[in-house]
Amino acid sequence: MTDTLNNQQTTMNKTLYERIGGEPAVNTAVDIFYRKVLNDHRINRFFDDVDMEKQAAKQKAFLTMAFGGPHSYTGEDMRTGHAHLVKMGLDDSHFDAVVKNLGATLEELNVPQELINEVVAICETTRNDVLGR
Amino acid sequence: MVKLTIEENTYTCQPDETVLDALLREEVNIPYACKKGTCHSCMVRSINTRPPEAAQDALKNTLKKQNYFLACLCHPEQDMVIKLPDQSEFYTEGMVVVNEMLNRNTLLLIVAFKDAFEFNAGQYVNLQRADGLTRSYSIANVPQESNTLEFHIRRLPGGKFSEWLHDEIKAGDTIAVSEPRGHCFYIPERSEQGILLVGTGTGLAPLAGILTDALAQGHSGPIYLFHGSREVEDLYRIDEMRKLAEQHQNFHYIPCISSGKHVSEGFTHGRANEVALATVPDLKGWRVFLCGHPDMVNQMKKMTFLKGASTKDIYADAFLSTPA
Repeated sequence: MTDTLNNQQTTMNKTLYERIGGEPAVNTAVDIFYRKVLNDHRINRFFDDVDMEKQAAKQKAFLTMAFGGPHSYTGEDMRTGHAHLVKMGLDDSHFDAVVKNLGATLEELNVPQELINEVVAICETTRNDVLGR
Repeated sequence: MVKLTIEENTYTCQPDETVLDALLREEVNIPYACKKGTCHSCMVRSINTRPPEAAQDALKNTLKKQNYFLACLCHPEQDMVIKLPDQSEFYTEGMVVVNEMLNRNTLLLIVAFKDAFEFNAGQYVNLQRADGLTRSYSIANVPQESNTLEFHIRRLPGGKFSEWLHDEIKAGDTIAVSEPRGHCFYIPERSEQGILLVGTGTGLAPLAGILTDALAQGHSGPIYLFHGSREVEDLYRIDEMRKLAEQHQNFHYIPCISSGKHVSEGFTHGRANEVALATVPDLKGWRVFLCGHPDMVNQMKKMTFLKGASTKDIYADAFLSTPA
């Protein structure tokens, strides 16, 4: 009984990043997520970087942030980093598609729905900066 | 307290510091960016010991094997001797023992060394002429008892270095060769895994080394080699590859010709990369090696990933030719 309580306590104190599995979880999710994005005709033109390794590294940084992990992005970084995509027509529908792909990735990895909701909530906080509003 | 040695200098790493923290505090000029293992900017190499697992976790297996690690994720467990990426490289003198043509525009160059030259088949070196002119070439063989390295040199019109090798160098001449570089090579693990090798032109060189290595180490999974060029006269080692395919049931050799409308029997019409994608239906769990023209390599990295290969299992070597 005490053990259970302690466990619950520990769970409560852990960050989202820890509960979701930290860097190993990011490494597992990134290939699945990036493959979904590149296969998604609604959005893959925004991800058409010539250097796939650089692009994959960016996806990893994004997932780390979305999982509540350590990152150093400011709202301003999000704005400047996506400005060229906004010029290409990036809008809410594309943002939604990326979040959907991320949700589907986590479902595929059997991440509990309440954690997925937290990830989606973190993504939402970046929406206006990403879309330059 | 752990000591970190770089060339002549020794630094101490405090208990809570990562290697990157310690080196930055000591004002060592080391490239870095994210400090959390994402960007790989601070990748360095340990010379004396295996780095801690956590500092290598996200790296390709071939980098792990060479003791590369991320300085920002490394809490050293013992004294380390470290090599930074931009440290000047060491050249060894070799002697040309063979220079003969493999086809109408590709030279086979074999260079011998007095002592053992350590490398992994598929890596590349810099070759340097006495006046300092330097170019990178892939090694085409596996380590030999004779301490020789084999290179395939395509003549580039107006290419200073390749023209010098084709027209002037002869057996008995010496040439300076750098330490081996690159992480495009075979590691003996998951021997039942499928291996896809796609190369254009002299992209066959590193692939031939990787293939020989994989077969010698008893790789049992299917191995497909797609070697492409515009015309049949620009392929080479065709008979040798066919013979290997006869000797090894799991090895399949598909020479591809992209020009013209029809090709002779035994060849496939089309670009090597496109033929490869059409032939191998699913690359989930496969290891992929891509060598040759940068556009082909970049496009294939993406296509093979979309066909299921994991980014960590895609090894590539894009040939960048330096303008004359």
